[in-house]
Amino acid sequence: MARYLITRAGQSLLTLVLATVVVFLGMRALPGDPALALAGEDRSPAGLAAVRHEYGLDQSLPAQFLHFVTHALHGDLGTSVRTGLPVSSMLGAALPVTVELSVLAIVLATLVGVGAGVLAAVRRGRPAEWFANGLALVGLSVPHFWLGLLAILYLSVATGLFPASGFVSLFDDPLGNLHHIILPAVILGTGLAAVIMRQTRSSMLDSLSADYVRTAKAKGLRPGAVIGRHALRNSLIVVVTIVGLQLGGLISGAVVTEQIFGLPGFGKMTIDAVFQRDYPVIQAVVLITATAYIVINFLVDLLYSVIDPRIRVAGEA
Amino acid sequence: MSTSTAARPEEPAEQVLDVRDLSVTFRTESGTVSAVDHVDLSLARGEIVGVVGESGCGKSVTAMSLGGLLPGSARVTGSARLHGTELVGASEPVLRKVRGRELAYIFQEPMSSLNPVLSVGRQIAEVLQVHEGLSRKQARARAVELLALVGIPSPATRVDTYPHQLSGGMRQRVMIAMAVACGPQVLVADEPTTALDVTVQAGILEVLRDLRDRLGTSILIITHDLGVIADIADRVVVMYAGRVVERAPVHELFARPRHQYTAGLLAASPTPGRHAGTDRLQEIPGLVPVLSTQPDACTFADRCHAADDLCRGSAPPLEPQGGGGTSAAGHVAACWHPSTETRTLAATNQEPAR
Repeated sequence: MARYLITRAGQSLLTLVLATVVVFLGMRALPGDPALALAGEDRSPAGLAAVRHEYGLDQSLPAQFLHFVTHALHGDLGTSVRTGLPVSSMLGAALPVTVELSVLAIVLATLVGVGAGVLAAVRRGRPAEWFANGLALVGLSVPHFWLGLLAILYLSVATGLFPASGFVSLFDDPLGNLHHIILPAVILGTGLAAVIMRQTRSSMLDSLSADYVRTAKAKGLRPGAVIGRHALRNSLIVVVTIVGLQLGGLISGAVVTEQIFGLPGFGKMTIDAVFQRDYPVIQAVVLITATAYIVINFLVDLLYSVIDPRIRVAGEA
Repeated sequence: MSTSTAARPEEPAEQVLDVRDLSVTFRTESGTVSAVDHVDLSLARGEIVGVVGESGCGKSVTAMSLGGLLPGSARVTGSARLHGTELVGASEPVLRKVRGRELAYIFQEPMSSLNPVLSVGRQIAEVLQVHEGLSRKQARARAVELLALVGIPSPATRVDTYPHQLSGGMRQRVMIAMAVACGPQVLVADEPTTALDVTVQAGILEVLRDLRDRLGTSILIITHDLGVIADIADRVVVMYAGRVVERAPVHELFARPRHQYTAGLLAASPTPGRHAGTDRLQEIPGLVPVLSTQPDACTFADRCHAADDLCRGSAPPLEPQGGGGTSAAGHVAACWHPSTETRTLAATNQEPAR
């Protein structure tokens, strides 16, 4: 198990290094001279040279890369062109909002998706399955932004149940924070819940007809134990894979959702940065997103080995 | 070979399992299919009864119907009493108490029948926790004892392994340990050795026989392998197309098969001393019919060389058959034209027959 962990962590680290290189080169490969964008009004050759020197753009690519990496490792991701604030402190303010929104969305989606999926598989061919399938179809086909707008229209503007926009910190006012974030989290989680439900259902249908489920029944176990301990545990591998794959969609979904609900998160920061050509911020955003992906994949792999002993041993072999 | 055949008459006083008139039909898209047709079966304490037949003859369905393990499309009628408890039509809570405690199963493929993500100890402990209310720790300790009972070396470390870390034979031993955990009265072994190597098969049969001798467990062994039957069974029930066609003590069946199907089945099995080329193995022509209705005829008639209009016009009753020497007690067959053949049991110990 320890060896598996170390191998997997090493692979993740390598991927992270490669991702950093790609992010760095990607920014340099963009058309247009970043110095032009950075310089603003002053486009005199002397002014541009000064800007190039200030941002290290006059150095060789490897030197620039080294500069970028050493500063990034020290938590210095540069300074925003737009706001003049350090990018790291902007991230420090925006990231917690997005992390909270995403985690809440994942938790809600997993609870609802796995629950509905199990129900649909166990009650196959009965109204409960049709209902769950119908909900999943709606969740998959209706776009987030439209669902978000409907929610604001009916649950915020018309009835005032939830605030239409804005955010309060979890640490200042936990209840108020939940009140602000629950609706966006539900909207963000709908698509994911639908995908999880469908995967859980089909994977549970496989498990339920497996020989070991017959064995579990033949032992005299209660239906709850047969379904939960024997069938669901074997189905979870597929579900975890799907959740892992869907997280990319979740991040882009978070960008849209935050924009609609006016949450001061990572997504809003990204959109603002793109519109303003705020290169240091975009660079940091891409790097953070890549890191998040890698960390999540690592966690998914860890979860696999917790669920399935066969994977644990394969890593040791 | 079992030595206890003579001591076990056909209807001993203590019947553990008594199956009467058991029928199973399945609803399918193309109508109702009959899988088991009015089967009678009994099992005495400590007795090993073999049910033999080709694939699709209804032997597994019969076995599964006892514990209510058939899918929802199955309809079971008749009666199956386990120590007085009626199993056919019993409610789920009643069946749950019976399963694993009084009636336990061993299945054909131990790899897929064990849960791949739970340790073998946990899977054994589960039965004990459910039926005997043991704590997790107590159940684990019992699981180690049970692993030792079924002949698994170093059980204290094996208890924490997962099915994929064990060989096929070891897995089947785990299945057996799980099945006998609560000391069931009846053990149903559905093709327990089919997926295993021949050398491993012998070991598994030895474990089963040993359990019968030590715990007095009655065993219903379902197989298509006549070698397994000859090795372990006290009595044999031959099934064909959902019906019992012959029932006899094991030596009697192998020596004097009465039903033409049984005779064909035995002729299709190799016997030492017969040589390929001079003495070909005989196959039974045709296939087992799929029955959407049970006709009033002998179901074997279409494949039988002795069949005539009588066979196609009415189903033969299951009754003692004369001819070729007197029938032994408890030997019945459903055949209008029974075989009169007397077979030599094994070339090695039948020398004087020449």
